[in-house]
Amino acid sequence: MIAGAAGTAPSPGMQQRGGQPRGAPVLRVDGLRKRYGSAEVVRGLDFSIERGECFALLGPNGAGKTTTLRCCLGLIDPDAGSIELCGKPVPEAAREARVRVGVVPQMDSLDPDFTVTENLVIYGGYFRLPRAVIDERIPRLLDFAGLGTKARSQIRTLSGGMKRRLMLARALINDPELLILDEPTTGLDPQARHLIWDGLRQLLSQGKTILLTTHFMDEAERLATRLAVIDHGMLIACDTPRALLAAHVEPEVVEVYGDDAGAWAQAHGRALAQRMEIAGETAFCYAHDAAPLLADLATRGGLRYLHRPANLEDLFIKLTGRELRD
Amino acid sequence: MTASSVLRPPVISTRFLPVWRRNLLVWRKLAIASILGNIADPLLYMLALGYGIGSFIGNVGGMPYVAFIGTGMVCQSAMFTASFEGMYSAFSRMHVQRTWEAIINAPIALDDVMLAEWIWCATKAVMSTAAILIVIFALGFGHTWHALWILPLGFIVGLCFGAFGLVMNALAPGYDFFTYFFTLVLTPMLLFSGVYFPVEQMPAWLAHIANALPLKHAIDMARPLMLGRAPTGIALHVGVLAAYAMVAYYVALVLTRRRLLK
Repeated sequence: MIAGAAGTAPSPGMQQRGGQPRGAPVLRVDGLRKRYGSAEVVRGLDFSIERGECFALLGPNGAGKTTTLRCCLGLIDPDAGSIELCGKPVPEAAREARVRVGVVPQMDSLDPDFTVTENLVIYGGYFRLPRAVIDERIPRLLDFAGLGTKARSQIRTLSGGMKRRLMLARALINDPELLILDEPTTGLDPQARHLIWDGLRQLLSQGKTILLTTHFMDEAERLATRLAVIDHGMLIACDTPRALLAAHVEPEVVEVYGDDAGAWAQAHGRALAQRMEIAGETAFCYAHDAAPLLADLATRGGLRYLHRPANLEDLFIKLTGRELRD
Repeated sequence: MTASSVLRPPVISTRFLPVWRRNLLVWRKLAIASILGNIADPLLYMLALGYGIGSFIGNVGGMPYVAFIGTGMVCQSAMFTASFEGMYSAFSRMHVQRTWEAIINAPIALDDVMLAEWIWCATKAVMSTAAILIVIFALGFGHTWHALWILPLGFIVGLCFGAFGLVMNALAPGYDFFTYFFTLVLTPMLLFSGVYFPVEQMPAWLAHIANALPLKHAIDMARPLMLGRAPTGIALHVGVLAAYAMVAYYVALVLTRRRLLK
């Protein structure tokens, strides 16, 4: 499903899943616009998230992801558009809506003066949860976060991955309907990322709804039931990963490396591939059927190549371009 | 965020309480160091200047110079404690630790956080006021019920300078920025509000300027209270302190909204 230039895509929330009626969306965003000075950072965004979904907002740096999240939480006022979060209008009733939401911001914000457990107790206090409820939830949350043995540890003794997991546990202290994560695994090593992903998948299997932003395609690929690619503040595409790939990218990719890759691509590859992109010393050949490409490459010594199915990274690059964003 | 929403009036709600409590719980972990820090500096000044210079000049303003300077120290300490909390400590929580960001993702608004920080500044001012009062009592001065009114006075001084500190916090790019406040506000306040000597002895034009300083009004109330008398002109003194406090808090709130809610 591709949005028009003005963001007038048919509501993605109307997609059917098994034909079951699914109640009101957990988050609905209509015509969201936000301007900073002369730059319009969000330019007419529409999307909605149904219960039980994992919805990923994908976009290069500066695409408007974090601004969109902050608007949804009622932390900044949009210039135009309407937002409904957990059935409450935002920003008007944003505080009430946040009672039902858990947030993991981009940067860790644990209280360094408190222990792991105290961090959860204090955060639960911000939701006015009775102490008994907090105390009952903490062991399960620590267990979930793999921090069962760290209950009394000081924050400074935790690794980066542990801190992130504690951030996640903290965001769950109010048993939220919707969990919002802003680049949850940026800066983590692969082991730590996989632990976070496992946790999020576990939450999804329990029926939680997740909205996450990321620029890691493997993260979106593993977790998202639906994703929206945004760039320059506009929705470029929004659908299931499979449908997006089918609609936008040729199914097979052959990456050709080496000094001669460029020359080969110009002379032979271009004719054999449906689409061709050259980045540095790599030629990306996109094809519906890679057999002719592979046959040709087999006759050329000195060229290394990789044949693989198209993935979200190909989609992302196709939709947002290869140039660097800072 | 539109200009009108940044300028909207402050929201006052009990939602500030869990945030205030958080600060209290952190303080409790460092309480002993904090109290010692509160007492040590003023105590040294009181003893050195009070007995040192005091031996030359005897009674000042109807009380021994130690008690005179001690009363000044109480107010000065409330001022320093609240300013410090509103600047360095609030900046750590807002900027370095991102504690405020974490809190406003929960169902607590930035206005609630600011109110909590403001009241916390005043709370800490009361704590240091109490600590120094105890020292003064121990030295044998101020044995009067009236002196206990200095505690709520410390709270108002704390609201006033806590709000000043929060204004600085909202504007600060880093900790170094707060040096301006010491040079431009706290030092003149210290020298021209009658902490170390009666302002009445200064040239008239300087005394007039001193009358515009909030700390002067706090000290004008604290000295008679220490002698067991009700101060004169309470309405004016409290009014000046409260006006400074409320205007500064509103400015701090607007600047902080502009800084964080964009």
